[in-house]
Amino acid sequence: MARIMLRTMKKDQAGTIVAVKVAGELGRRIREMGLVPGTRIVIQGRAPLYDPVALRVMGGTLTLRNNEADMIEVEVDD
Amino acid sequence: MTPEITMALAGNPNAGKTTLFNAITGSRQHVGNYPGVTVEKKEGYYERHGHRLKIVDLPGTYSLTAYSVEEVVARDYLITEKPRVVINIVDAANLERNLYLTAQFFEMDLPMVIALNMVDVAKDRGISIDEARLSALLGVPVVPIVARTGDGVDALMQAALERALAGQGRKNAAISYGEDIDAALLQMQEVITVGSFMTGAYPSRWLALKLLEGDQQIIDQGRAGSPQLAAQLAAMAEAVSAHLQQTLDTVPEAIIADHRYGFIKSIVRQGIVTHQFDENRLYTSDKIDKVLTHRFFGPMVMVAVLMGLYHFTFTYSERPIAWVGSFFNLLASVADRLLADGPLKSLLISGIIHGVGGVLGFVPLIMFMFFGLAFLEDSGYLARVAFMLDRVFRIFGLHGNSVMAYIVSGGIAGGCAVPGVMATRTLRSHRERMATLLTAPFMNCGAKLPVLAMLIGTFFAKYQAQFMLFTTLLAWATALLVAKFLRLTILKGESTPFVMELPPYRFPTLKGLLIHTWEKTWRYIQKAGTVILGVSILLWVMMSYPGLPNGERETFERQRQTIVADARAGAALAGDETLRSRLAAVDRREAEQALEHSFAGRIGKGLETITWLPGFDWRTNIALLGGFAAKEVIVSTMATAYSLGAIDAEASGSLSEALAADPHWTPLLSLGLIVFIMFYSPCVTTLSCIIKEAGSWRWGLFSVLFNTGFAFMLATLVYRLGNLIW
Repeated sequence: MARIMLRTMKKDQAGTIVAVKVAGELGRRIREMGLVPGTRIVIQGRAPLYDPVALRVMGGTLTLRNNEADMIEVEVDD
Repeated sequence: MTPEITMALAGNPNAGKTTLFNAITGSRQHVGNYPGVTVEKKEGYYERHGHRLKIVDLPGTYSLTAYSVEEVVARDYLITEKPRVVINIVDAANLERNLYLTAQFFEMDLPMVIALNMVDVAKDRGISIDEARLSALLGVPVVPIVARTGDGVDALMQAALERALAGQGRKNAAISYGEDIDAALLQMQEVITVGSFMTGAYPSRWLALKLLEGDQQIIDQGRAGSPQLAAQLAAMAEAVSAHLQQTLDTVPEAIIADHRYGFIKSIVRQGIVTHQFDENRLYTSDKIDKVLTHRFFGPMVMVAVLMGLYHFTFTYSERPIAWVGSFFNLLASVADRLLADGPLKSLLISGIIHGVGGVLGFVPLIMFMFFGLAFLEDSGYLARVAFMLDRVFRIFGLHGNSVMAYIVSGGIAGGCAVPGVMATRTLRSHRERMATLLTAPFMNCGAKLPVLAMLIGTFFAKYQAQFMLFTTLLAWATALLVAKFLRLTILKGESTPFVMELPPYRFPTLKGLLIHTWEKTWRYIQKAGTVILGVSILLWVMMSYPGLPNGERETFERQRQTIVADARAGAALAGDETLRSRLAAVDRREAEQALEHSFAGRIGKGLETITWLPGFDWRTNIALLGGFAAKEVIVSTMATAYSLGAIDAEASGSLSEALAADPHWTPLLSLGLIVFIMFYSPCVTTLSCIIKEAGSWRWGLFSVLFNTGFAFMLATLVYRLGNLIW
């Protein structure tokens, strides 16, 4: 069970968020959408230009830019 | 009848809040603005059991931070207006995330009722919710509804009314944020209560929480009101912050957010939600997205959808536009017959009816465009467009959401900057929004197209299609590059977070679509009607006064009399001239002279001192001035200035011939003019929209000066540099 940054996750890969390493407005936006430690996520895919990334969280779909996904540490399932 | 009871409607975007609001208030709604900001305020009325309820639809938000004006407006309203009850709409298929906002309402100690919406969608997904249990654990009534059909809305309003009348708050315990923060909160609460910090208008625990979260609005207000207390509280916050940084390597904001979700999860996992299927099963929306956001098919479908939007808009609005045109022509001919010749008649017909009619003629087009856009937005497809294009738009300092503003303003084949500018509302971030707003008018709107087509047809007849395409590409390139320029200079700053929800695809309700469309169309009509009316009158005055001096008028009158006398005396007429056409020719020459002599003419001539640079003469100058009112006017004004009489903007053939015959007009000159028309000041209607959306007349002034200056430089460059090269 490795810990990686969300940005490097691949399509259909699942994991649990461990940490959100950013504060300020971006931090708030990320957290208020449910990306907090202990939450399960599954990568659904990426936009045609590989940025942003779409993931499934708490029953909904969320999209993030890659440089935003850089801030989220995830413990992935093997 | 008892006094009015105010209720606030709040919830996440995409949770069906607007649908619910429409279901409750029907047509008894009113849209206004919150004072000082460009956030829409929607209010409506509802009656039940003899009570009159005022329902305020707060902006949809995911949270109540101070980072966006919608959130600040929503929470300010809740705190200062103190509605008797808050109806919190929650998406049943997305329960946990939706409850994040609910948790914050709990923190504000507001009497609440939860409307659990879209239980039908949840059921389809195999999700069932035990609302009785949820209600017990949360401590507030939970009423399941399906806003789209109206199911459960009655029960909801009943619960809301009861809650409002009983004046009951939530009796359950406050949310805990962990030892450190809870302790700090208690300490700070005491200081706040004892010192009546911020005049005791806010719940003390909530204030303490905001201070710990680093909420800028509260911090600023606190410092302004009681600087000493503020400093004391800030020190306490700092102490906890430092401690947490040391022990847990995190900030209070993060812990508070985590604990809110902890609170939510602990409740929801107590058997509230049961999943019949695998939680990560692909829903229909996801399956659709596999195609719609596919690497290859995604962009293809997007282009098809946009073309479809255009086709829909232009085809179906053609006939209504013709009707409106006929109506105004009828009005003009009635006025022509009823009124005696003279300035009033001229004002009414040329000034008002033609001016206002020309622009209002666009209304069907605008309406269909709004409808199409509303459909794309409400169905959820626009979010996908933003998702796919964000990477490209980010290069120019913009957002994926900027694309619709450009498309609507005329990105593909005509449009209008008025709905385009209004479309920038979806951009949550100020800088990206302003950059989009200010450059959207660069697109080739429906009013510019006839002018461009006429010029291209006259001077570049062999390559018309290519040139039209070239102008479209030029418009895009310019808009994006200028946006980038603005984002590097006056709108400098970090990119605002993109973090965006991709809502499930939904089939919009016809009622909702019609309400949205009508609201926006009516606003356009009001705006165009009033602003254009004023400017048309002004233009007419400027182009008609002062009239020709008597001496010259007599000269023309004598010419006319000579022609009539000759005809009576049986003199042969040259070629295919008729009496009428000869008289008409004199009339037109007189009109041209009068125009040259008028205020507008003098201004036009005066401007020649600088407009010689791009090669514009006084006639062009007047036409461009007229274009400030509405770009359609350019062709007809030029026609008058070339003594072709007032003509239909469609039949510009004779103007084309006149220009082609004029030795002063070269292809290069017309190219410069094309460029100028594309980029100079937005028309007054768009301008007033810009002022409203930007929130200040200064941006409007900037738009006029910047765009015109930019267009001028570009036109001069094209003309002068081109002359050197060719």
